[in-house]
Amino acid sequence: MNEKNTARRKFHPIYVCLLLPYAGLAWVPFYNRIDPRLFGIPLFYWYQMAWIVLTAAAMVPVYLYQEGRGK
Amino acid sequence: MTTHPAALVVFISLFVLAGCIGMFGARWRSGDLSQLHEWGLGGRRFGTAITWFLLGGDLYTAYTFIAVPALMFGSGATGFFAVPYVTLMFPLLFIAFPRLWSVAHAHGYVTAADFVRGRFGHRGLALAVAVTGIVAVMPYIALQLMGMQVVIAALGIRTDWMVPGIGTIHNVPLIAAFIVLAGYTYTSGLRGTALIAVAKDLLVYITVLTAIIVIPAKLGGYHKVFASVPPAQLLLAPAPPGSLGAGFAYATLIIGSLLALFLYPHSVTGLLSSSSRQVIRRNAMILPAYSLALAMIALLGYMAVAAGVKAMPEYAAGFERFGNNFAVPALFLHMLPAWFAGLAFAAIAIGALVPASVMAIACGNLFTRNIYKDFINPNCAPRTEARVAKLIAFAAKLGALFFVLELRTSYAIQLQLLGGIWICQTLPSVLLALYVRLDPRALLVGWAAGIGTGTWMVAQLGFKSSIYSLRVFGLTVPSYAAVTALALNLALSYALTPLFRALSNAPQFDETVAKDYL
Repeated sequence: MNEKNTARRKFHPIYVCLLLPYAGLAWVPFYNRIDPRLFGIPLFYWYQMAWIVLTAAAMVPVYLYQEGRGK
Repeated sequence: MTTHPAALVVFISLFVLAGCIGMFGARWRSGDLSQLHEWGLGGRRFGTAITWFLLGGDLYTAYTFIAVPALMFGSGATGFFAVPYVTLMFPLLFIAFPRLWSVAHAHGYVTAADFVRGRFGHRGLALAVAVTGIVAVMPYIALQLMGMQVVIAALGIRTDWMVPGIGTIHNVPLIAAFIVLAGYTYTSGLRGTALIAVAKDLLVYITVLTAIIVIPAKLGGYHKVFASVPPAQLLLAPAPPGSLGAGFAYATLIIGSLLALFLYPHSVTGLLSSSSRQVIRRNAMILPAYSLALAMIALLGYMAVAAGVKAMPEYAAGFERFGNNFAVPALFLHMLPAWFAGLAFAAIAIGALVPASVMAIACGNLFTRNIYKDFINPNCAPRTEARVAKLIAFAAKLGALFFVLELRTSYAIQLQLLGGIWICQTLPSVLLALYVRLDPRALLVGWAAGIGTGTWMVAQLGFKSSIYSLRVFGLTVPSYAAVTALALNLALSYALTPLFRALSNAPQFDETVAKDYL
């Protein structure tokens, strides 16, 4: 590999993982509702809190992929 | 206001301990503190754990911990936007920040404006980015001091002291806290801050975990807590016909705020201090732990509603002075033992030291590198560079203290509102420039247009809100002014780039090459 080619990394499908959290939270009316509740907490709140954990998880496969390639 | 002796003793001991830890930081993994990158970036040596603590204290500021529940307390669901935005910033950080780290490492950049100068060779654009950063972050420092002021007041410490021969001095506790902050920042730089961040985080997590278990239990469970919130505030208002409604405004608030947080000088300083790209990527995965803490703290706002602290006469003075920002301190005093409230307040006050110090250091770095060295004294020695940065960091904090003590605090809040909009306008020159090099003159025009329209929109709203409604083909589009201004900024930057390139055939300056970013 010469330097020119390493400049533009080829897009690998695993990077789609990083878009999932944005997709999950982009359409606000989807989660702007009360039911179903979780432990008494309305959906609006627990849904967004759940995405905190899911977002962290979404980065793991990409991290492992990049580690595997020695980036 | 009543004094709480147990709370006071715990608070003062913890605060003094934190100050000592900060001073000790100068010796910790000591480097040559007369070098700017040693003082102002901790020698770029922080590993995964220390970076986690430092960024945790830096991105999730003490003021956030006061203001977010206050917003929930006063306005309901809208205030919760802070949670998705501090979540969605991380995938972007994961992808883009390692590139900034690499190019900064390859060329010795300390600030985002350093990168802009190297990438574009345009001193004017670098100056614009540096000045935007300094102006945007200054009111943010003031808000950290304000956060301290709230908890100091909640403790009921006497603020005015008679000194024989001088007269009465006002706000003594805040000035004392300021001296601790300025002292350790000057001597230890980012190292001291990182150590304090570790101590502060332990307190924050103890406080949060206790509060979210004990308080709802006393109030009768989460169901009861949410039931006490006015139903109209529990969700975002549904969109009226012909408008995209509050949901759209909420989404733009998320996007604009996450981009702003990413571009703020204190984020850049915090991230560049890490020792490798890997540290940044790992931190992107583990920093959301603080987002969980923030979500729980946000819900404290509703617990304060459920507890009914606003109607209690003993907290009336606090609410009158600090508005809804007093909600959480009042909740802690009402629901938890006094000594524990002292611990929680110490967490907030010590928590304020971390971002305030990183912000001041970022100001120092920006001024020294991109104003002093570029425009005033180009041949200054590294030793001078570090000294100037230390002095400017001190001046920035002094300015913030003056702001809090002498001017109305509402000015600081309004300026911080504008600061978020302004800092977003550096996106095409900093974040986008990691991938695409547009023409620097086009970027400068876009930046000016973005700052101008953003400021104009907020002025139209009387500096009270940043949600400006546009009318597009008969449809009302309420959106965060930062995002609207940024759209215009990007459109201009892209549209004018071919034009400026056609006007002059001069070769494009760019000291970075593609492999610097990897």
